[in-house]
Amino acid sequence: MLRDITLGQYYPSDSVIHRLDPRVKFVSTMVFIVSLFLFKGFTGYVLATIVLAAVIKISKVPFKFMVKGMKAILFILVITMLFNVFLTPGEVLAHWWIFKITREGIVLAVKMGIRLSYLIIGSSVMTLTTTPNQLTDGLERLLGPLKKIRVPVHEISMMMSIALRFIPILMEETDKIMKAQIARGADFESGNLIKKVKNMVPLLVPLFISAFRRANDLAMAMEARCYHGGEGRTQMKPLVYKRMDWVAYVLVLIYLLGCIALRIWGGMLP
Amino acid sequence: MGIIKASKLGFDYFKYNEEGEEPEKFRAIDQVSLDIKAGQFIAVLGHNGSGKSTLAKHMNALLVPTEGTLWVDSVDTSQEEDLWKVRQKAGMVFQNPDNQIIGTVVEEDVGFGPENMGIPTEDIWKRVDKSLEAVGMLAFRDKSPNKLSGGQKQRVAIAGVVAMKPECIVLDEPTAMLDPNGRKEVLKTVRELNEQEGVTVILITHYMEEVIFADKVYVMDKGEMVMEGTPREIFSQVDKLKHYRLDVPQVTLLAHELKNAGVDIPDGILTTDELVDALC
Repeated sequence: MLRDITLGQYYPSDSVIHRLDPRVKFVSTMVFIVSLFLFKGFTGYVLATIVLAAVIKISKVPFKFMVKGMKAILFILVITMLFNVFLTPGEVLAHWWIFKITREGIVLAVKMGIRLSYLIIGSSVMTLTTTPNQLTDGLERLLGPLKKIRVPVHEISMMMSIALRFIPILMEETDKIMKAQIARGADFESGNLIKKVKNMVPLLVPLFISAFRRANDLAMAMEARCYHGGEGRTQMKPLVYKRMDWVAYVLVLIYLLGCIALRIWGGMLP
Repeated sequence: MGIIKASKLGFDYFKYNEEGEEPEKFRAIDQVSLDIKAGQFIAVLGHNGSGKSTLAKHMNALLVPTEGTLWVDSVDTSQEEDLWKVRQKAGMVFQNPDNQIIGTVVEEDVGFGPENMGIPTEDIWKRVDKSLEAVGMLAFRDKSPNKLSGGQKQRVAIAGVVAMKPECIVLDEPTAMLDPNGRKEVLKTVRELNEQEGVTVILITHYMEEVIFADKVYVMDKGEMVMEGTPREIFSQVDKLKHYRLDVPQVTLLAHELKNAGVDIPDGILTTDELVDALC
């Protein structure tokens, strides 16, 4: 049951978006997220919708995968929208007990809803079309300048990729330990929350011990293969920008300029 | 001087207890001397806790001797500045296949060693192709290591070492966690590397069947080197091996018992065919 959970929800397919450099995708996603908070009127959201729909279409990833990510934030989304509806001062449309629904509140709630859901869908497009490995590589290169202020960028990305490699192994191990403890009479199902958490102890202790043992082994194996940090290290798959990537950057720039123009001169819709 | 030479090697482990008292000294290897020629297939046998893994870690400079000296291709392993040279020359494969694969894709893991050595990108690809081919794992190059069997994972680990173009490969119980098929698979790969590429192999194991092809066998017990010789010389001394709590191959044991019972056959039978020849 634990094995079904997978992190990094990569959807393998052969599309232009999949083949883009991870750095391009990361920067584009950032620009898209910023643009969502830049818009004043609904014209901007129409623009964002068109762009997002186009990208999803090109990426060849079924739309239902995008919406999957939404489930996780549904609760936050509803709460945020409710707060906006009830707590924004303005022209009162309906009134019940201490709750007031205002016109401004509804407008703001709708905007907030669009922002949050597009934020999630936008970043899903990135994680669905980029392997976790490419993502860490891209991050390492993008954060490269931070090395100057002594941020251990290479080490962080190495830790991330090792974590990604060991997630399935530790999942399997958790499953094994769980079964072993159940066979010895452990109970993970019943009781209230506090009792359930307490029952996790016989699962977590062996898991941690084994994780530390693995870490020790892995460190030794890495040293035996001459690993000594990022210094003097070459890359088997270095990231190189291709023509397509530059085209993508130009498109993103045009989109960003469009958003800024909308912000300054405003759109046709309120 | 051979590719690996040890002279009066000694190593102490320290056991620390929780009260923070004086650590307890524990001698893991003592007065070990050996001389391994390039291109040989060497086996080191020993019961659990005989110090054979400790010895293996010395060959890769993961441990530095407390006394005595160990040279890998004439480089003293205790010299800090030559550390990476030693590790490149003497590659190491460990017991647990899961805990030594770093990459999330097979080919990336094989490329890990060359990457660390600062090899140019193009050459890394050449090396990766060549070493994956040498272990017969080329078809799995873009698979996730998690989807492979134990034997396949060990072959990937071997490829990862081969890609660093080492002079010798030290395998520390590479088959201990594998099923019989996986064990055969790994041993075949190791023997092919030794015969075709001329890589010196040092196989550390406690499975007797794995060492009958070796050029030379060393037997360790309680940190000391107690026997050395060809497999035939070693296996002709069944009683001595039993004393060191080692199991001889079934055929050898049978031949030994037959001889004790009065059948006229030579000492040190290693394979079923030899026994058949001797009997008929």
